[in-house]
Amino acid sequence: MSVISDADLVRQDAATLSSALSAGDITSVELTQACLNRISAVDGTIHAFLHVDTDAALATAQDVDRRRAAGEELGRLAGVPLALKDVLTMRGVPTTCGSRILEGWPPPYDSTIVERLRAADVVILGKTNMDEFAMGSSTEHSGYGPTRNPWDVERIPGGSGGGSAAALAAFEAPLAIGTDTGGSIRQPASVTGTVGVKPTYGAVSRYGLVALASSLDQAGPCARSVMDAALLHEVIAGYDPRDSTSINAPVPDVVAGAGNGDIRGMRIGLVRELSGEGYQPGVRERFDQAVAMLTDLGAEVVEVSCPHFDYALGAYYLILPSEASSNLARFDGMRYGLRAGDDGEASVEEVMSRTREVGFGAEVKRRIMLGTYALSSGYYDAYYGQAQKVRTLISRDFAAAFETVDVLVSPTTPTTAFKIGEKVDDPLAMYLNDIATIPVNLAGNCAMSLPIGLAREDDLPVGLQIMAPAQTDDRLYRVGAALEEALLDKRGHALIEEAPAL
Amino acid sequence: MSASAIERMKFDDALAAFEPVLGLETHVELGTASKMFCSCSAEFGGEPNTHVCPVCLGLPGSMPVVNASAIESTIRMGLSLNCSIASWCRFARKNYFYPDMPKDYQVSQYDEPLCVDGYLDVVVATDDGPREFRVEIERVHMEEDTGKLTHAGGDTGRIHGADYSLVDYNRAGIPLIEIVTKPIVGAGELAPLVARAYVTELRDLMRALGVSDVRMDQGSLRCDVNVSLAPSGEPWGTRSETKNVNSLRSVERAVRFEIERQAAVLSGGGRVVQETRHFHEDTGETTSGRSKEHAEEYRYFPEPDLVPVAPTSDWVEELRGTLPEVPSVRRARLQAVWNISDLEMQTLVNAEALDLVESTIDHGVDQAAARKWWTGEFTRIANEQGIALTDLPVTAAHIARVEELIADGSLTDKLARQVFEGVIAGEGDVDAVVQARGLVVVGDDSTLLAAIEQALADQPDVAEKIQGGKVQAAGAIVGAVMKATKGQADAAKVRTLLLEHLGVDG
Repeated sequence: MSVISDADLVRQDAATLSSALSAGDITSVELTQACLNRISAVDGTIHAFLHVDTDAALATAQDVDRRRAAGEELGRLAGVPLALKDVLTMRGVPTTCGSRILEGWPPPYDSTIVERLRAADVVILGKTNMDEFAMGSSTEHSGYGPTRNPWDVERIPGGSGGGSAAALAAFEAPLAIGTDTGGSIRQPASVTGTVGVKPTYGAVSRYGLVALASSLDQAGPCARSVMDAALLHEVIAGYDPRDSTSINAPVPDVVAGAGNGDIRGMRIGLVRELSGEGYQPGVRERFDQAVAMLTDLGAEVVEVSCPHFDYALGAYYLILPSEASSNLARFDGMRYGLRAGDDGEASVEEVMSRTREVGFGAEVKRRIMLGTYALSSGYYDAYYGQAQKVRTLISRDFAAAFETVDVLVSPTTPTTAFKIGEKVDDPLAMYLNDIATIPVNLAGNCAMSLPIGLAREDDLPVGLQIMAPAQTDDRLYRVGAALEEALLDKRGHALIEEAPAL
Repeated sequence: MSASAIERMKFDDALAAFEPVLGLETHVELGTASKMFCSCSAEFGGEPNTHVCPVCLGLPGSMPVVNASAIESTIRMGLSLNCSIASWCRFARKNYFYPDMPKDYQVSQYDEPLCVDGYLDVVVATDDGPREFRVEIERVHMEEDTGKLTHAGGDTGRIHGADYSLVDYNRAGIPLIEIVTKPIVGAGELAPLVARAYVTELRDLMRALGVSDVRMDQGSLRCDVNVSLAPSGEPWGTRSETKNVNSLRSVERAVRFEIERQAAVLSGGGRVVQETRHFHEDTGETTSGRSKEHAEEYRYFPEPDLVPVAPTSDWVEELRGTLPEVPSVRRARLQAVWNISDLEMQTLVNAEALDLVESTIDHGVDQAAARKWWTGEFTRIANEQGIALTDLPVTAAHIARVEELIADGSLTDKLARQVFEGVIAGEGDVDAVVQARGLVVVGDDSTLLAAIEQALADQPDVAEKIQGGKVQAAGAIVGAVMKATKGQADAAKVRTLLLEHLGVDG
C-alpha cells in the first residue's frame, strides 16, 4: 500500500505520477482507484463524466502493474489515468457525443487516438461530457445535463469540452483528451485554470473522432501542466494512413519544447484585433501582467495587426454549420442509435424526420438549418464561398504576422466563466466566447491556452493563448513552459492548487 | 397484355419532323479489389452486409481514404477516351437522405472532374456502308456506389406496397466511374444505332483496359439515356432521362421509343416533360418516373475529409504508356490479318467472339475453324443456355486439341461436336471425353469393307446402278455404313473404299 494518500495522489500531475509509478512508489491500480474514488466523491456535483469504465480501467491498470513488475519497458504515461471526451469512439464503450440520438451506441471500433492511448498503456477512466456534437461553449448543450465548473459550481466549465476540463480541475483525472473546432479545448482550459492545446490541423488523427466540422476539428491534450500536455501530445500525434488529412511528417518535439523554458530573443506578437473592447478588465489585467513577464523573460514583444480576424466569427459560423449539416445527416435512425416514431405505418422519411426531431437538441438543429441554407444552390457562393475566401485571408494574416514574430499571444477568452443559464438562450453572446480562438481553427495552425491567474473581480481563472505556425507546436510548449515557471515562481504554487476542495 | 396507352409516331415520320439530340451517361463499376474509400472487398455479391466496415457503413467517426488504384483506372479510362486529365481536382459531397446511403451523402466529383473534353469514334453500319461518328465526351468522374435496397412483402418488388425493406451495403462504396457525353447531334435516323455503337465501343474499351468486367446484366455497366427532339428551327428540345437501360439492344430500343413518343407528344401540340423514365425490357417502352422540372437540391460542397487528387504529369504519361490498342483499331488490324470480310468481322463482333477467336488462333487453330466453332456451335449452345459465350466451359486449348484430332483423322466434325457436348457437360477434357464416350473414327479398312459388303448384300440393286455409271447411288451404301458404324466412320473414306471395291472411278 502506498504511503501517499488518495487525496494527495489525485492532485499530482502526470509527470510526477509517471516517476512515482516507474520508481515503484505507487501502483497504477492504486492511482486508478484513487481517481475512481475521487470521481465517486465529486462527480455527482461536477458531472464531468457521462460514462465511467471502472472495470476496464482497473483491468488496464492491473495489466500495466503486472508488466512493470515483470521488468517490461513501458512508456512514460503507462498506468496514468485519463478522461476521454465522448466524441471519440472506443470499442464497446458507449459513445454519445453528448447527444440523445446516439444514446447507448457502442462503436465496433477504436478511434486512432484510443489505439495510441492503449498502445501507450494509458488507463482510460471513461468518457466526458460535452456540448451535443461539440456545438457550444458551456457544456450546457449536452443532452445529458450540464457539467459544472469546479472553481464555482454555479458556473460553466466552458465547452464543448467542459467535461474533460472539469475532470482535470476537479482532480478526477490528471490527463484528458479534448477536441477543438473553434476553441473547445482552449476555452474550457481557460475558464477552469488548466492547460489545453489545439495541435496543428492534421497532427492528430481524426479517425474515430465523430466529425462536427471536418476541416476545423482537431483533437488535442488537456492537462494541469504544460509538460503533462506535451507528454500526452507526443502519445497521440503522428501520421495515420486512415485519415487523409493527417500530416505525414515527424511530430515536432513538444516534450523538448516543454522542457526548454528559454525564450530569450524570441519575438512575440500581440494581436491588436484580439484585445480592447469586449474583454473583461480582470482578464486584460492578467494578460498585460503575463505579457510583461514574457518581456522580463527576455522575449521581444511587439504589436501586430491581423485585420481579417474581425471576420473570423462570421466565416466560422458559415463553414462550421455547412460541414456539420452534412456530417450529421447520417444520424437518421436507420442503422444505429435512436429511432423514433417507427410505428409500422410511417414512411422511412417520416421516421428519419421524427428521429432527428426528438434526438437532436436546439443548438444542433439551429446549426443544421444554418448550414443547409448556406450550402443551398443560389446561396452557396454568397455564404460558403465567401466564408472560404475569408478563411484564406485569415491564413494570410497569420502568415504575414509570422514573418515578423515567432508566436502570437492573446487572452484565450474575453471573460472568465459565466453563470450556468446566463447565455444559453443568447446564441450570439455564446458564440462570442470563441472570438479569439476561432482564427487558429480557420487557418489550421496550432495554439495553447494556459492559466495566468485569477481575475480580480471574480477570482476566476484567466487563460492566455499562444499561437504558433503550423507544424511548430513545440514553440507553444516552449513559451508556455517559460510563462508557467515564471508564474510558479511568483505565486509559489501552481494556480490549480487554489481550486476549491469540493 | 393490354395495348399500350402511350402514343407514338412512326419512326420515319418522327425523323422527318424533328432532329433527335442524345446524351448518354454511363456508369462503370471498377473491377478494383477493394472499395473506393476503404479496404473492403469490391467483389460482386456475397452474403448481404459481409463486405462492410466502419468506413463504408458510414459509422460515426470513420473517414474515407481514396483508393489509388481507382484513380489510376479512371485516368487510364480518361486517356483512352482522349480526355485531358486534371492536374488538381476534388471530391464533393452530394447530400440527400436515402437509406441506401450510409452517410446520407454520396462522395462524388461535382464541378472538378478528373477527366474532361474527350471523344470516342464509333462506327455504325448503314445501307451505304460503315459510317463513323465522333461522340464527344464531356467528363469522366469518380464516385461511390450506394447500397442495394430490397423491398419485401409487396407484389411488385417496388417500394410502394412493400411491408419492409432490406438494405445490403456490400455494394456501398464500390468505385463507380461516370462517363458523360456532350449532346450528340446530327445522327438523325441513325441515332438509336449511334447510341448502341457508343455503349458497345465504350464497353469494349473498358474491357480492353481491364478496368471493369462491364457486365450490363450484373449492373457493372449501366446506362442512362437522355433524348430530346429539336423542333425545326430550334436548337434544343426538352429532354427525358431514361434510367438504367441494361443491355445494348435496350439502349437502341429506348432511344427509338423516346423519339417516337416525344414526336407524338410534340406533333400533338403537347410539351415534353423533363423527367426520369423507366425502360421496360418486355414491352420496349419507357414509362414516367420522377419529375425533374425543379432542379434537385444536393447542396454540393468539397469533401473536407479528403485531400485533392493531384496526379503528376509524369504519372499520367506513364499511364498513357499502358493503354491497350483501341478496340476499333484492333478490329481493323485483325480483319486484315485474318483476311475476312466486313460481314464476317461483324458476325464475330455481334457474337462477342473476337477475344475468344483470337485466343483460339493463338493456340494454333486455323482462323476459319476458330471462327466456325465460336460463331456457330458455341454461340448456339450459349444462346440455348442463356449464358454469355465467355461463360461456356470451352477453352481455346480444347478447340486446338479437337482440331488436332480432326487433322489426324481420329475425329470427324460430327464426332467433334459430341466431344464438345461432353466437355460442356463437365465430363472432362477433350481426351477424357473421347475415351469415355468411345468417340473414335472407325478407320480400319477391313472393318469398313465388311460393313460395305454387308450393305451391298442388303441392297443388291445399288451395286449394279453404280457400276452402270450412277455413281451418286453410292450415297445409299455410304449412309448404311455410317449407320452401321454409329456415325464413327469417315464418310469420304467409306465412299472411296466402296468405289475401289466396285472397281469404279470416283
